[in-house]
Amino acid sequence: MRLFTCLLVLAMPILAEDTSRYDLGHEATSEDIANIDIDVMPDGRGLPPGEGTVTNGEAVYQQQCAACHGVSGEGGPNDALVSTPANAGKKTIGSHWPYATTVFDYIRRSMPYDRPGSLSDNDVYALTSYLLYRNQLIARDVTLDADSLHRIEMPARALFVPDDRKGGMPIK
Amino acid sequence: MTDSKKPDLKRRNLMVGAAIGTGALLSMNSVQANERRPGPGSSAVGTRADTESVERLPFGGVVSFTPLHELHGTITPSDLHFERHHGGIPRLDPTQHELVIHGMVAQPLKFTLGDLKRFPSVTRTCFIECSGNYVTRFGNQSTPQITCGLTSQSEWTGVPLATLLHQAGVKDKATWLLAEGGDAPLLSRSIPMAKALDDALVVYAQNGEAIRPEQGYPFRLLLPGWEGNTSVKWLRRIAVSDAPFMTREETSKYTDKLADGNYRQFSFTMDARSIITYPTYPATIEPGMHEIRGLAWSGRGRIIAVEVSTNGGQSWQKATLQGPVLDKAHTRFNLPWRWNGKATEIQSRAIDETGYVQPTLKQLQAVRATTSTNYHFNPIVGWHIKADGSIEMTETG
Repeated sequence: MRLFTCLLVLAMPILAEDTSRYDLGHEATSEDIANIDIDVMPDGRGLPPGEGTVTNGEAVYQQQCAACHGVSGEGGPNDALVSTPANAGKKTIGSHWPYATTVFDYIRRSMPYDRPGSLSDNDVYALTSYLLYRNQLIARDVTLDADSLHRIEMPARALFVPDDRKGGMPIK
Repeated sequence: MTDSKKPDLKRRNLMVGAAIGTGALLSMNSVQANERRPGPGSSAVGTRADTESVERLPFGGVVSFTPLHELHGTITPSDLHFERHHGGIPRLDPTQHELVIHGMVAQPLKFTLGDLKRFPSVTRTCFIECSGNYVTRFGNQSTPQITCGLTSQSEWTGVPLATLLHQAGVKDKATWLLAEGGDAPLLSRSIPMAKALDDALVVYAQNGEAIRPEQGYPFRLLLPGWEGNTSVKWLRRIAVSDAPFMTREETSKYTDKLADGNYRQFSFTMDARSIITYPTYPATIEPGMHEIRGLAWSGRGRIIAVEVSTNGGQSWQKATLQGPVLDKAHTRFNLPWRWNGKATEIQSRAIDETGYVQPTLKQLQAVRATTSTNYHFNPIVGWHIKADGSIEMTETG
């Protein structure tokens, strides 16, 4: 037993040395992370505090978005956002976005194109509400927030299937 | 160096110049017809020959195409690597920019460029291809550049992402991560943990020097064989999680319509493709010997064969593959061909180690429910050689 203990003590420093850890880099503090952690997941994880109404969203939309996406969400020089009979077949939020959380996430991280990051979280909630309303996915009097946004069922959800290609034939 | 030493250096240069001058005089006396003069001296940074002009083709400010038909071998010169960005090229300070790894890890960490360079390094050669390659074309007046120039190849150097994740200690239930860029739109993609731990790299060097700004300076993610959009440039954050994030770039964009009306999502791996780079539009050729040259590659491994047809797809013969044939890498193929001066069409098709054979446009359109093209279209491309030697691109169907 005594011999065994001695051997164990001798072996310990060698076992404790993990040569695949290099002690490089620095601890990312909760403040470091909070400054840049803006992602939102389909189950609502990551949605910030705040809320937005359709009415507020319409005002923000006309000011920030209409020049590129059209005064009513279609007919502008860039992507159509709202499904109408005139643009049937186009990949709009109503026809082709499988998760409502993606609308919030994308506007917050990337829009408006020339000044991404300039909108408040309330503005982003409001814009999301307006665009979902225009796609007839929510009623005009709905106010969206962190609790309600991820519960909206998007029509396009059932369209998306995982990749089943594995190499070889046939062509897929 | 002290100021007092500078005159000494100058004097030595003068003496060397005098010695060269004497030699020039001697040779002028003997054979004047062969007189030569020394050219410009050495310089800090070289340039291309002023008689050569080779350029990317920028399009709409958000993309530029590599001139595949004007290049040789398999490495793309760094300044001709294709570009695709979604909010311009950020100017990042390499002393301030950091990569943060957080989420389902034991210890959130952040790394500067200096930190990354201290890790054991890995260098590998592979292509990066945009899954929108082939979507932009100019009809029969398409060059290989516009048809297929959203692929480029470099020798990349960096640190395995697995090494960085190991430092932070990934938790058992983690299955996905979000890779986010530091560009204006903070472009982000969900990446399965299996790929992250397999051959993913965080790279800071391209062809032996720092990555170019348009390629992600100071560092980018590199996912060999996967659609270029997932190799997130200007990488600033990796969030480890237990589910995909369903970002815009993996839902409403970069997904493939199928014959049953559904859309295939997370079509990461680039299927095999080849493109003839000579003779092609806009070249005009003379009858006689030509070497048909091209590139082939597969995101699923090595190219095992490239077949070339010189009679519009009626019969095929194997081209020579120029080694070494690397995994997930552009591979050069060659086939000597004597053109008899009669109109014909040349085509190439790649076969990779999984047995996948590059399809025709019609085959792809049938399984993707379209009469047009979209993401992940890798059809055989034909080149119609007319009797006068002029060449047009054809969509061989």
